[in-house]
Amino acid sequence: MVTERPTRNRLGQLTDALERAGVYGRGGAGFPTATKLRAVAAQRGRPIIVVNAAEGEPLSHKDRYLLTDRADTVLDGADAAAEALGANEIIIAIDQAMRVEADTIAKAAQARRGQHRRSLRTIVQIVPSGYITGQESALISALAGRAAKPTFTPPYPFERGLRGHPTLVSNTETYSQIGRVARGTYDGSRLVAVGGAVAEPGLMEIGSDTTMAGLLQGAGGLAEPVHGVLLGGYAGTWSRVADVTPLRLDEHSLRERQLTLGAGIVFFLGDSACPVAEVARVVSWMAEESAGQCGPCIHGLGAIAAALVELTARGDQFATYGQIRRWSGLIQKRGACAHPDGVARFVTTALDVFAAAFDDHARHGSCERCALSSALPTPRRRRDRNHSRAAAPRGRQSARWDLGGSR
Amino acid sequence: MNERLRVNPIDCVAHGMCAELIPERVTLDDWGYPIIESTPLGEELVDHARRAVAACPVFALRLERALQGTRSRE
Repeated sequence: MVTERPTRNRLGQLTDALERAGVYGRGGAGFPTATKLRAVAAQRGRPIIVVNAAEGEPLSHKDRYLLTDRADTVLDGADAAAEALGANEIIIAIDQAMRVEADTIAKAAQARRGQHRRSLRTIVQIVPSGYITGQESALISALAGRAAKPTFTPPYPFERGLRGHPTLVSNTETYSQIGRVARGTYDGSRLVAVGGAVAEPGLMEIGSDTTMAGLLQGAGGLAEPVHGVLLGGYAGTWSRVADVTPLRLDEHSLRERQLTLGAGIVFFLGDSACPVAEVARVVSWMAEESAGQCGPCIHGLGAIAAALVELTARGDQFATYGQIRRWSGLIQKRGACAHPDGVARFVTTALDVFAAAFDDHARHGSCERCALSSALPTPRRRRDRNHSRAAAPRGRQSARWDLGGSR
Repeated sequence: MNERLRVNPIDCVAHGMCAELIPERVTLDDWGYPIIESTPLGEELVDHARRAVAACPVFALRLERALQGTRSRE
């Protein structure tokens, strides 16, 4: 009774402020953060706060930056969410490749001990690398010591998440935004990883009125002529640069055109690369990154990847080129998560934007740039290690640092 | 009451019984996995749908209450 009323007031205050500021999830789904907080609060059971720093998208590196250079805003946001929801546990889930960042945020969290109530603990937990690890329900599974694979929904994590508790899973940048709203320093800006054929690739902070032309200028302009631009990463969409240059990059304007920056990604594919080889390589990688649970994803992504690889090797000898678009349509909305939908989007927009190059490869096979092409990163995973770890009891490898609170 | 068919794609292993029993709503893709037309079932199909649900060897097929504005989230 003593804590109930202030918590309820805090929730209202925070959600009102988030709504006024127009904060939405920065992981890619773009769901309004205030609505998500309310949905968690409406459940029975004590909520758990999860900071999703399982950054599996190879083109994104904002989590690394936020966890080190803006650790305080992230922790402010997690604390504010925990206070608003009456949570006793904040879990910062970090990709195993980010040891340094994990160390930094752990130290920052430890330094704040004593600033909040004793019953609130902050825990840094390492999760296996993987594109799919960052999917909400897969992350919950990983944190619970199971394989990092999505589960069938409902129940959603906000209803029944970690250990059955209603769980607020949000992107690292989202917590940074919540933290800035709570402190009154939010200005509507967002982080965007700008990569590929620009003079100065890297992480940029853009205002809500920034256009693609402005972003390009900020990145020093194009370094060479380009085939096209990828928005939103490996689950995103390809466009012709001229088509998107005048666009404002706020999510509202983008979504009106079926576009999104996803977790905050813009990549320009230069003419020195072969778009067909790039798309084939990324889709093959995405097929491997599938959790391998759902038939349409396993077989669909496998078939699409094989057909694309065939184009870059021998041309369309097995007459599978014409099937790619149909298969992409066939797999949509048929997985437990949106992994196949993302790949379908990536592939079909590539077929549109790079139509001439695809047709050429279908007729003549590989081009002189195919073999040299590796503009888009496809990191190798230490796969067997992840698998054995999922099966093994939680031990030394599954690092988990408890940073305070009463225990 | 409006009900609709839904498959749990994690559990489904492409036995294909559902497509046999209620072809009006279930067809199979290139790999034998069900493609489900998930609009609410009319009265004439509910019994067929129930039979298909009961026949699924891995209990992957289910009947769900069709909600207006069903939420979908990534």
